[in-house]
Amino acid sequence: MMNDHLLSLVLFTPLAGLVVLLFIPSSQKGAIKVWANLVAFAGFLISLPLVSRFDKGVSGFQFVERANWIPSLGAQYLIGIDGISLLLIMLTTVIGFIAILSSWNAVQDRLKEYYCMFLLLQTGMLGVFMALDFFLFYVFWELVLVPMYFIIGVWGGPRKLYAAIKFFLYTLAGSVLMLLGILTLYFQYAAQFGTHTFEIAELMKLNLPLGLQQWVFWAFFLGFAIKVPMFPFHTWLPDAHVEAPTAGSVILASVLLKMGTYGFIRFSLPLLPKASVDQTIVQVLAVLSIIGIIYGALVSLMQRDWKKLVAYSSVSHLGFCTLGIFALNPNGLAGSVIQQINHGISTGMLFLIIGVIYERRHTREISEYGGLAHVMPKYAVVFAIAMLSSAGLPLLNGFVGEFTILQGAFEASHVWAAFAVTGVVFGAAYLLWLYQRTMLGQVTNGKNLLLPDLSVREMAIFLPLIAWAIWIGVYPKPYFELLEKPVQQIVERVRPGYYGAQAATRHSTPPGPGVRGRGPGVSGQ
Amino acid sequence: MSQFYTSTDHFVLVPAIMLALFGCAILLFDFLVFPDPRQRKYLLFFVILGEGFTGYGLWKQQANLMENGINQLVAFQGALTMDGFAIFFNWIFVAATVIVAIVSYKYLEIEGEHHGEYYGLLMFAQCGMFFLAAGTDLVTLFIGLELMALCFYVMVGFLRTEKRSNEAAMKYLLLGAFSSGFLAYGFSVMYGISGSTKLDRIAAAIAARPPMDPMVLLALATTSVGLLFKISAVPFHMWAPDAYEGAPTTVTAYLSVASKAASIAFLVRIFLGPLASVRDAWEPILSFVAVATMTVGNLAAINQNNIKRLLAYSSISHAGYMLLGLIAGNATGIKGIAVYVMVYTFMNLGAFLVVIALRRKGIIGEDLDDMAGLMQKSPGYALLMLVFLLSLAGIPPTAGFLGKYYIFLSLVETKHYVLAVIATLYVAVAIYYYFRIVRAIFVRDLTEKAPLSTSFGLRVALGVSGILTLAIGIYPEPFLRLAQTSLLR
Repeated sequence: MMNDHLLSLVLFTPLAGLVVLLFIPSSQKGAIKVWANLVAFAGFLISLPLVSRFDKGVSGFQFVERANWIPSLGAQYLIGIDGISLLLIMLTTVIGFIAILSSWNAVQDRLKEYYCMFLLLQTGMLGVFMALDFFLFYVFWELVLVPMYFIIGVWGGPRKLYAAIKFFLYTLAGSVLMLLGILTLYFQYAAQFGTHTFEIAELMKLNLPLGLQQWVFWAFFLGFAIKVPMFPFHTWLPDAHVEAPTAGSVILASVLLKMGTYGFIRFSLPLLPKASVDQTIVQVLAVLSIIGIIYGALVSLMQRDWKKLVAYSSVSHLGFCTLGIFALNPNGLAGSVIQQINHGISTGMLFLIIGVIYERRHTREISEYGGLAHVMPKYAVVFAIAMLSSAGLPLLNGFVGEFTILQGAFEASHVWAAFAVTGVVFGAAYLLWLYQRTMLGQVTNGKNLLLPDLSVREMAIFLPLIAWAIWIGVYPKPYFELLEKPVQQIVERVRPGYYGAQAATRHSTPPGPGVRGRGPGVSGQ
Repeated sequence: MSQFYTSTDHFVLVPAIMLALFGCAILLFDFLVFPDPRQRKYLLFFVILGEGFTGYGLWKQQANLMENGINQLVAFQGALTMDGFAIFFNWIFVAATVIVAIVSYKYLEIEGEHHGEYYGLLMFAQCGMFFLAAGTDLVTLFIGLELMALCFYVMVGFLRTEKRSNEAAMKYLLLGAFSSGFLAYGFSVMYGISGSTKLDRIAAAIAARPPMDPMVLLALATTSVGLLFKISAVPFHMWAPDAYEGAPTTVTAYLSVASKAASIAFLVRIFLGPLASVRDAWEPILSFVAVATMTVGNLAAINQNNIKRLLAYSSISHAGYMLLGLIAGNATGIKGIAVYVMVYTFMNLGAFLVVIALRRKGIIGEDLDDMAGLMQKSPGYALLMLVFLLSLAGIPPTAGFLGKYYIFLSLVETKHYVLAVIATLYVAVAIYYYFRIVRAIFVRDLTEKAPLSTSFGLRVALGVSGILTLAIGIYPEPFLRLAQTSLLR
């Protein structure tokens, strides 16, 4: 019996925990913390069988559950996962637990509401990655906004209200326009097939003219690009990140932004294949991605606020993800998904690292620090790993993602790859410089002399992420295997005959010392 | 024609008879049986009983339609038509009246104006709404409108010693009378065109005329002014913020919900009835009005610090959304209006109920500041208010999303893409001012420690509105089926 509803169980565990949490009196702070952590951990444990039972040899969706929800509209409760969503769901349950654990001391007031919001957020994000019905997807998509508004607006920094409403308005404006795109598809389907449905698999049967696909694509684009955020829609991100509490930043960077890239992969490409390969659209998206990569990196170099630096680095890293998607080849797509996970891990760690020092010193000015490695050696090591993984050092996760994306970009256009590579260089520059300014040298500020090093709980937060980063960096093969089928499906959908053509060229020309096949674990070409 | 008063006539009229009868009974009992002010809350019993009979009558009518497989019951030689549309709207009136009645006694006691005739007026007003939703004759409709409006003029000014209330009533009365004049003029032109007061004959007469006939345009223009005034559409919205602010909050709630629902029903009947054939003439006008209504409503709400005024502007913008359903004009659009009115009733009433609870002895409780820190004081009310505000803003999974969703759906279906884009973007504007209230409730610190004034009735009403606002959002299927019955056929 459990098998049939495993996905629902994963989805609703946080919500069920929230309902119980409502009945714990606000004064019982200890009980609230323990319960919230237990629920989050349980959510992670329950999601583990998804990995062990997932069959990566099968294309299409697994663990599918289907129930009638609103027959009058044609909306169903339809959830299921493929390799892409599986990875993002695992990222969500892991990061969700870690974010909640990291709040143990950081948040002192209104504990009950705080944890309620996190658990609600968790269900919303999981729902986004599971939904296979567009209406259901939209409901979860919007549901995420409300708890995030509160997390920033109530527990955030000095300009929290501004940041929170900016986040809300920006993303809402994008998503309501996306809704119009969804409705257009809905009616086109009704016109062609005579029934109303929001099911993705059904909507994929649509045969739409290019012009219409382009309009719908731009509607979707607004929804997804604001969420990612792509340049020039990124302005809400630094504000939200800087003002959000640590755990909020972690969730925002690690999981929430991935909703946008996931949207492109799951909806834009398969539903609008003609528009997705349209030269204008591909060029625009690639150029915006590259601008994002370089601009984000350059702005990061300029930052005096530690957290803002990491926030802008997200713009840069997410630029890689969107570039990979619109390279429209297996390397680009697989690399993009891997990079999304990587960004979740490494940027999550960086925000946690900032949270640790902020709890101790209550400032994020980079100039306030220096020589921390002498005072907090463990901390310095953890930061070094996080920083290097974010900068893309080989044997750590960041390298695998960026390299594969660059491979894909190179295959699509040499010019893109050339520009994108500079982002890697700048990335190393701002991260190493940050490390140098904060960790190395002599302790310049007397206040930093007596800072305590990481506690056991704090180590417990970082260790799983470090282990995960090294795993992906050293042995990424299982990840690529997991992504092979879904990526293949998407590429076949947008560029029919791609694989056939590849096989033909490979037969005619022997595999020389080209880019292909040299990447870590690129298998099954 | 043979019988002057048939059994169908009687059957159709039952709800109105019940409302009038119990309204009168309340006046009598108030005068004769309950002279002591403290006993006046027992008059509620009559309201509930009367609404019970009204509901029973509606239920019987609905069952009759189903049994016989007919679309409508026509009574009084076509002056009244009881169809799914009329029954659906009457259900909304019943729900709104009951909710408003059961929260009023405590509020009016605090205001020191708890009089029996208040309940009578509620029922008489609802009786007028009955005729607005079911009438298919110009005279019937006009009398229904005036009956409703007169009751509201009195109720808006119910706080006799309060300047604001008197001012509001006077403004509402003067402007209302003026707009009724326009409406009556439009009706007279329609009668002149067709020689009949029956909507279907007028429709036939107008359809037979050339497309841009000046007489038809005259009728259209004057009738529109009267109708748009009633739903507080821009540029005829000036009365709404003042009347909403000055009226007792319970009346504001009733005015914003029931009066608007009845007027929308009236508007739909006229525009899709007699004026249906001149759609080309009114569609651009209404599109402009709808966009202007959303613009003014949403933009003016941003700066309001008085919650009643803020909700007044928000309700203006909601009227704009409802108009969009009429502009789409297809089955989805009409169903959209029905769904919108239904969800709007519960969410808007709910929001006003929380404002009512803020009115305590010596504290007016209408300002944004009065909401500050509500979460710390009364988390239950705070969370309910959050649900209502999210719903008003149209965020899933609350009911309000479904209302907006249907409007967008009908606009996309009829290819009104520009209107659809404007309407969706105003959702993002609206969230800003609704979240000003949310911000006060959840972020700001508690300033006023005095507990909220609650009563059994208020808690029940809040619970019902809250549950429905969530239920319609999360599992809308049964409610959508209900709305499906409202389609004009």
